[in-house]
Amino acid sequence: MNTKTTRTTGHGTYSPRPGAAPLSRMIAAQAALETRLLLRHGEQLLLTIVIPTLLLVLFGTVDVVDLPGADDGAGRVDFLAPGVLALAVLSTAFTGQAISTGFERRYGVLKRLGASPLPRWGLMTAKTCAVLAIEVLQVALLSSVALALGWSPHGDPLSVVLLLAAGTAAFSGLGLLMAGTLRAEATLAGANLVFLLLLVGGGVVVPLEKFPAPVRDVLEWLPISALSEGLRDVLRDGAGMPWGNLAVLTVWAVAGLAAAARFFRWE
Amino acid sequence: MRDTAAVEVTGLVKRYGDRTAVNGLDLTVRRGTVTAVLGPNGAGKTTTIETCEGYRRPDAGTVRVLGLDPISDATALRPRIGVMLQSGGIYPTVRAAEMLRHTAALHAHPLDVDALIERLGLDGCGRTPYRRLSGGQQQRLALAMAVVGRPELVFLDEPTAGLDPQARRSAWDLVRELRADGVTVVLSTHFMDEAEELSDDVAIIDAGRVIARGSPEELCRGGAENTLRFTGRPGLDLRSLLKALPSGTAAAEPVPGSYRLTGAVDPRLLATVTSWCAQNGVMPDSISVERHTLEDVFLELTGKELRS
Repeated sequence: MNTKTTRTTGHGTYSPRPGAAPLSRMIAAQAALETRLLLRHGEQLLLTIVIPTLLLVLFGTVDVVDLPGADDGAGRVDFLAPGVLALAVLSTAFTGQAISTGFERRYGVLKRLGASPLPRWGLMTAKTCAVLAIEVLQVALLSSVALALGWSPHGDPLSVVLLLAAGTAAFSGLGLLMAGTLRAEATLAGANLVFLLLLVGGGVVVPLEKFPAPVRDVLEWLPISALSEGLRDVLRDGAGMPWGNLAVLTVWAVAGLAAAARFFRWE
Repeated sequence: MRDTAAVEVTGLVKRYGDRTAVNGLDLTVRRGTVTAVLGPNGAGKTTTIETCEGYRRPDAGTVRVLGLDPISDATALRPRIGVMLQSGGIYPTVRAAEMLRHTAALHAHPLDVDALIERLGLDGCGRTPYRRLSGGQQQRLALAMAVVGRPELVFLDEPTAGLDPQARRSAWDLVRELRADGVTVVLSTHFMDEAEELSDDVAIIDAGRVIARGSPEELCRGGAENTLRFTGRPGLDLRSLLKALPSGTAAAEPVPGSYRLTGAVDPRLLATVTSWCAQNGVMPDSISVERHTLEDVFLELTGKELRS
C-alpha cells in the first residue's frame, strides 16, 4: 500500500482493474472497522462496560437489595455475576447493536455498503463478529471484577458458552428488527427503555422471586430472564445444561431473526 | 462484451406510490465516455442513477449496466462499479483515511490510498471523524470512495454540490483523469458549466423523461439560435445589411446605435458583417458573439430555470 512510486497521478493510475477482495478478507475488515467504531463510541461504552461493571461493584459490595445469600459478600457476587453477564449480552447484542445499526441505516451507511462488493449477509456476519468481540471483552472484564469480589463460579463452561451464544442470537434478532423498521431516534429511545426495563425485571440484579407470582410467570419468559436464570443455575448452582432456558432463548432467536430478515429495511 | 454500451436504459418507469418519478426514460452511455444527466431537482436524475446502481427495481423497462442486470446480477456487477451517493453513506465517527482504507480493503486491486488522499487534498484531515469534516471534505471523501476500487464505471450523483470553486476544479480534473484512463463516468448535475466542461454526452431530463440528448456542442447548436451584437452610428440601413447575409438571419436595432443579429452565427457571417461595415464606412465600436449555453437550451426546452 505504501509504494511511493505510484504516488503520481499520471496516465494509467485509474485504469480499471475491478474485483472484489476475498470474502473472508471483506468480512474481517468490516468486523474490525465496526469493532473499532464501537470501542470509540462513548455512549456505547457507558452502556456495555461502565453500567454493568458499576452494577456489579455497587450491588456486590453494598447491601442495596436483599439478595439471596446476602449475609456475605461472596454470596451476593455469586448471585450478581451471572445476571451482570446476561446484562452485558443484552447491552451489546440488543441495545448497542440496535442503536448503531439504526443510525447506520439513517445515515445511508447500509445503503452505501449495499453498492460495495461486500454482500449483505457478509455485512451481517461482520456485525455478529463485532458483537462477539465486544462480548469477549465484557466477559473478561466482568469476570475479573467478580473474581476480585470473591466470585466462585461453578458448572460446565460449554453450557455457559451455549447460553451466551443463544442469548446473543435472541437479542441480535430483536435489536436488528428494531433498527431495521423504526426511525433511528425511536430505536435510540426504545432500545434504552427496553434495556432499563429488562435490567429491573429480568432477574439481573433483582431476583425474580421479589415479584408477585403472576408477574413472575410472565417475566420468566423474557429472553433476559432465561439467560440470567440459566447462567445462574450453571455458574452459581453448578447445574447441568438448563434446557428450558436454552429453549426459550432459541425460540426468541428464531422468531426475532426471522422477523428481522422479513421486515428489515435497508434505507 | 467491449462493444456493448456501459449503460443501456430502455423505457424505464419508476413510481413511488402514485407519483411517477421516471416515465419512459431511455439512456445510453458509451464506454469510456463521460455522460452528464442534467435536470432540475425532482426531474428523476437520482432515481435513474439509483436504478442503474441496483437500489431501485424498475416498474417497467429494462436496465443493463456493463451488460448485466443491476439487481439479479448484483454480485457480479458491484465490484465493477463505483458509487457516490448524493449524500451520506459514511459512519459519522469514522476517520476519513480509515473509511477510505476500509473501502479499498473490500476490493482486490485498489488504488494507493495515500496517493488518493493527497490527490483530493484530504491529507490534512485523515484522522478527522467524518462528522467534523467540512461539507467539501465530506464530498471529496465520498468521491474517493467511488474510485478507490478501480471500477470500470463510476456513478457520481451531484459530485460537486457544496464544493468551493477550487475543490470543484480539482474534482473536474479527477473526472478528466478517469476518462483519460478509460473509466466510464455517469454524473448527475444541475450545474450547466459542469456538464459543458466535462461531458462527451449530455442527457437533459425533465419530469422523468429525456427531452434532449447529444454532445454539449450539438445541443447548443441545435434548436437555439445564436446572437451577434455590434454598436455603431445610429440608423444604419439594415435592409442592405440583411441582403448581404444568409437568409434566415434577423436584424434589429433595439436601441439607437446598438444592433442585434440572430441566426446561424458562424465565422463567415462575422466576416460578412465586418466587410459590410467596411464598405459602408461604419466603425463598429464593439462587436460580440453570444453563443447559446446549455442553460439557454434548457430554458428553451423546459421553460424552467435549472437551479431552483
